[in-house]
Amino acid sequence: MSTEVLALAKYLVVVAVLLGLVTPLMVWVERRGMALIQDRRGPNRVGPLGLLQSLADGLKFIFKEDIIPASADKLMYLLGPVLALVPALTTFVVIPFAPPVEIDGSLVEMVVVPGEAGVLVFLAMASLGVYALVTAGYGSNNKYSSMGSVRAAAQLISYELALALAVLAVLLPVGSFELASVIEYQRSHFWNALLQLPGFFVFLVAMFAETNRLPFDLPEAESELVAGYATEYGSMKFALFFMGEYANMAILSGLMATLYLGGWSLPGWSPEPVWIDALLGAGVLAAKIALMMCVFVWVRFSFPRFRYDQLMRLGWKFLLPLALVNLLVVSALVVWGIY
Amino acid sequence: MSIAVFAIFAVLTLAFAIVVVAHPDPVKSTMSMVVVLFCLAVHFVLLGAPFVATLQVLLYTGAILVLFLFVIMLLNLQREHVPATQGVTQRWVALLGASFFAGFLGMLLWQAQGSALEEPLTEGFTSIRGLAEILFTDYLLPFEMVGLLLLVAVVAAAMLARQLGPPGDTAEEERR
Repeated sequence: MSTEVLALAKYLVVVAVLLGLVTPLMVWVERRGMALIQDRRGPNRVGPLGLLQSLADGLKFIFKEDIIPASADKLMYLLGPVLALVPALTTFVVIPFAPPVEIDGSLVEMVVVPGEAGVLVFLAMASLGVYALVTAGYGSNNKYSSMGSVRAAAQLISYELALALAVLAVLLPVGSFELASVIEYQRSHFWNALLQLPGFFVFLVAMFAETNRLPFDLPEAESELVAGYATEYGSMKFALFFMGEYANMAILSGLMATLYLGGWSLPGWSPEPVWIDALLGAGVLAAKIALMMCVFVWVRFSFPRFRYDQLMRLGWKFLLPLALVNLLVVSALVVWGIY
Repeated sequence: MSIAVFAIFAVLTLAFAIVVVAHPDPVKSTMSMVVVLFCLAVHFVLLGAPFVATLQVLLYTGAILVLFLFVIMLLNLQREHVPATQGVTQRWVALLGASFFAGFLGMLLWQAQGSALEEPLTEGFTSIRGLAEILFTDYLLPFEMVGLLLLVAVVAAAMLARQLGPPGDTAEEERR
């Protein structure tokens, strides 16, 4: 099979899993997890253990009346939810989701786009997520939306910097932008979470800010801004925003698993290039992503929300210097030959 | 196949570039510029520079144009309204400028014909490692100077923004 057909096949598989399986499952996990932490039951009427709740919600969204506010800027208003899916559909192409498999005699990397620029492509497409918020807030022609979108955009670009610096510190000992090389490095050394603890912490916090999840969900602060930039959106468009958010969460968890927790590898396991090992590797990565998603839900219902000035101060005056110091220390250790 | 991709993205680039210049609404102009820069990134990939393309999307589209949008929205810039008399003068000046530009471009292309690339593109020229080696050894001074230039621009912008506040604020600042 040619490389383009293979890449398309890999892309379609990942997209199908991401949008078709992860998002509805996450809705259920979030609501049951929320209930568990808040000492109540959660959805338990629709299907066994409330598992069909996501299906019911989806049907509700499809049948709801689709309203476009009269004074809204139509093009920008309709563009918002579409752009919200852009990072969700394009950022995962550089994450290796399984160990390489031998197909037709040649070793095929389980990455959709095995390019030299690796993580940079991820960061580039993730930075396009700001436009969804900006167009949604501007197009709604509503003060709550405008405030929410400006705050959200400021939050995203502030924490993007800390995220990128933490990623850079991980790439320094590896010597390459490709995520497959990062996984190889972690297989021969320890997991990066232990090797680069401050960087891990910075990435963790920046990850919450990048996905607009509590304690950084000021843009969607339900009690303060109605629904922030999503105030004027109903039915499927609202659903699209939240699909994009859950997909983003899963993809960033995947990036964290690959950069800091070893990706598809387990310490002491060297996979053969056969399908069964590839499936096992994908399962390992899925388990790590599932763990991170549970952490997302857990943190959401354990912390109060940051105020906007606290959020900005944290991003610029604490995380950014910490990430820079981490980078400095790691580069010193690399030069002295310890890493 | 790459000819088809080039054709599609060339048409998109030109069409949205015209929208950037011609549309009266500044927000739509900026969004069109986002599309133009994204298509430029595709052209970079077609020319064999995927790293530059990624940096283009990451920095220009992902950060600088967002700041453009911020400024436009915070200043609440309205749609442009050109009165009829001014419109006529603008069109004649535009025609003059365009013909100068066309003449200049033609002269450049005429002089450049026949001077194809001397050596084939090697790994050392296009890979990230090659770029980094040249950037941090041969071109280190220009690299550092560009960084300093950006710092000067940021400090200047901060200074200008400060002084534009109402007189009461700056008097309080000086007393402190």
